[in-house]
Amino acid sequence: MQLQCPMPKLDFDVITIGHGSGGVLTNKLLDSGVFDLLSNPILDERHDGAFIEMNGKLAFSTDSFLVSPIFFPGGNIGELAVNGTVNDLSMCGAIPKYLSLSFIIEEGLKMKEFWEILTSIKFACEKARVQVVTGDTKVVEKGKGDKIFINTSGIGQVHPKANISAKNIKIGDKIIISGNIASHGMAIMSVREGLEFDSQILSDTTNLNHTIINLIEKFGNGIHLVTDPTRGGVATVLKELALSSGIGIELKQNDLPIDNQVYSACELLGLDPLYVANEGLFLSFVDASVADDFLKTLKQDENGINAKIIGEVVEEHPKQVIIESAIGGKRVVSMLPGEQLPRIC
Amino acid sequence: MKYMNEYRDPILAKQYLEEIKKTVTQNWRIMEVCGGQTHSLVKNGIIDMLPKEITMVHGPGCPVCVTPLHLIDKAVHLALNENVILCSFGDMLRVPGSEKSLLEAKAEGGDVRILYSPLEAVKIAEENPEKDVVFFAVGFETTAPANALSVIHAHRKGLKNYSILASHVLVPPAIENVMEDPDSHIDGFLAAGHVCTIMGNFEYYPLVEKYKVPIVVTGFEPLDVLQGILMVVRQLEVNKAEVENQYARIVREEGNIEAQKVIFEVFEITDRLWRGMEIIPMSGYQVKEKYASFDATKKYQIDIEEAEENQECIAGEIMKGIKKPFECPQFGKKCKPTNPLGAPMVSSEGACAAYFHYSGLVER
Repeated sequence: MQLQCPMPKLDFDVITIGHGSGGVLTNKLLDSGVFDLLSNPILDERHDGAFIEMNGKLAFSTDSFLVSPIFFPGGNIGELAVNGTVNDLSMCGAIPKYLSLSFIIEEGLKMKEFWEILTSIKFACEKARVQVVTGDTKVVEKGKGDKIFINTSGIGQVHPKANISAKNIKIGDKIIISGNIASHGMAIMSVREGLEFDSQILSDTTNLNHTIINLIEKFGNGIHLVTDPTRGGVATVLKELALSSGIGIELKQNDLPIDNQVYSACELLGLDPLYVANEGLFLSFVDASVADDFLKTLKQDENGINAKIIGEVVEEHPKQVIIESAIGGKRVVSMLPGEQLPRIC
Repeated sequence: MKYMNEYRDPILAKQYLEEIKKTVTQNWRIMEVCGGQTHSLVKNGIIDMLPKEITMVHGPGCPVCVTPLHLIDKAVHLALNENVILCSFGDMLRVPGSEKSLLEAKAEGGDVRILYSPLEAVKIAEENPEKDVVFFAVGFETTAPANALSVIHAHRKGLKNYSILASHVLVPPAIENVMEDPDSHIDGFLAAGHVCTIMGNFEYYPLVEKYKVPIVVTGFEPLDVLQGILMVVRQLEVNKAEVENQYARIVREEGNIEAQKVIFEVFEITDRLWRGMEIIPMSGYQVKEKYASFDATKKYQIDIEEAEENQECIAGEIMKGIKKPFECPQFGKKCKPTNPLGAPMVSSEGACAAYFHYSGLVER
């Protein structure tokens, strides 16, 4: 569903270098509705920084978003920027509260496109129940950017029952994935210039905070770690954890949930879905004693319908991730040297 | 998924493995020609599941790996020309040239674009009449029809700003080259199914005749490869040497006649240098004189010195099956995908990359 807020009538269609100058044009751009769309008492003060009151243990995270194209099947860079930081805070066991929002815009961006991005930011914030409380806008010359880059930082309140740390992972922990892998990366790939293919693959970008907090409420200490396998995919995150925590991990290829179209697209281009980016997905390391119950609860959540146990932490082969192939053979899973590139034939 | 999961069935895989174990009575060295098959073997853990009598030897069928160094240097040179848009399959980008790779040329500002089909490059040429578009047309017989078709399309559209930098290589002369090498000792071959989809099987009859080796045209899924191995072993055990077709669901005896017509409209057979190996007679395609204006090697006078290969890279011995990747002293040490000495470490079909990514041989 595409949610819309009508764009106000403006005397400019395109964002130019002057809109980032801090002068009249900047104010014109911000007054065009940016403040109205994202309005809340803290932001409305329009001061140099935001005043916020929070107590207890806090989590703080930042992320920059660059994606080409900026509009892709299933979303756009705006909601990606909100969900990305919201999810990073959620992976800390925190309830996300406040965001900062910074744009670096390449001159020439159509106001209509910027408005659509802003609108999706507004709805993503509402859905995640977070507020944008401070921000910044800069405009760079044509050719010095790629339409728009967004940075968000966020702050959240750590849930009192959350005890999330890679140090808590222990042998026997079950590894649970919350849904189908590789959808976001393949949705982007399907519209990338030169590699386009027809499909109905949609990005899985969404906020995961409500899902995670529900699980923490119920399982508390039983959840040892939650982490989102974004760039580099499931393989990279697991290998990083194996290396940094010295644990051994075993996976089964046939247990990895993947949408049929995504699977076909990966095969066609010669990409391994284990390394393809995800957005609205998380991996949980949970105590074996609660794993089944955890899975059952997660599967009832809209973000966990396709959740599955995909592996476990083992004593053997510390620092190695071993996957059992579809036919029962075994191989190691390593990190990629760079971006996956489509093969020749 | 239809036509994919059926060929990854663990129960059938076990049955094939048992059948291979029952059939084999002595040691055999079997070469899978295609890098796609090498990756299937390693990625699915098949090598460790096979009986010890069978040694799989990884062949030269990695188009990226055998593309000559001077041609990569030419591509890099063109990419850095500000009037040129250089289009390429993704796989080529990381392959090291003598000074830099295409990926590095891109980082320096070269307009390098990754495409999946050469016809896309023709479209880019149409949309950018002020620029020259060059497609880096590498590959075995499999990619030749699409590359040839791009030239035909550009010719029909009257495009003056499109050309291809062709580096096509052919499988049968490579098999012959391997068999002529006294150090290779290959008892049987899995031929590359995709190549035969285009070219058919007939080119392989003279080879089984001459060298008395079984050649089984084989697919790429785990069950394809296992069945191909079983078919080779069955022949070897009864001293037969025939051409057989495991990949019959795709490959017809005569191949794809229409695709062949397109190839030979544009290309003619020529001697070709294989990177790491040598010049193999009549082992590649070059653009015919009729389409010379679409041949980037003729269109652009690129005077760059022919650089020397890195002496520490033993890619040639690896691709002829004389050595395994882990027998190279630099494997996983000086040579890694992030800092490759040679192409087999970076191509998705390269044997060194397969061992680096999927076997537990290096601490990563």
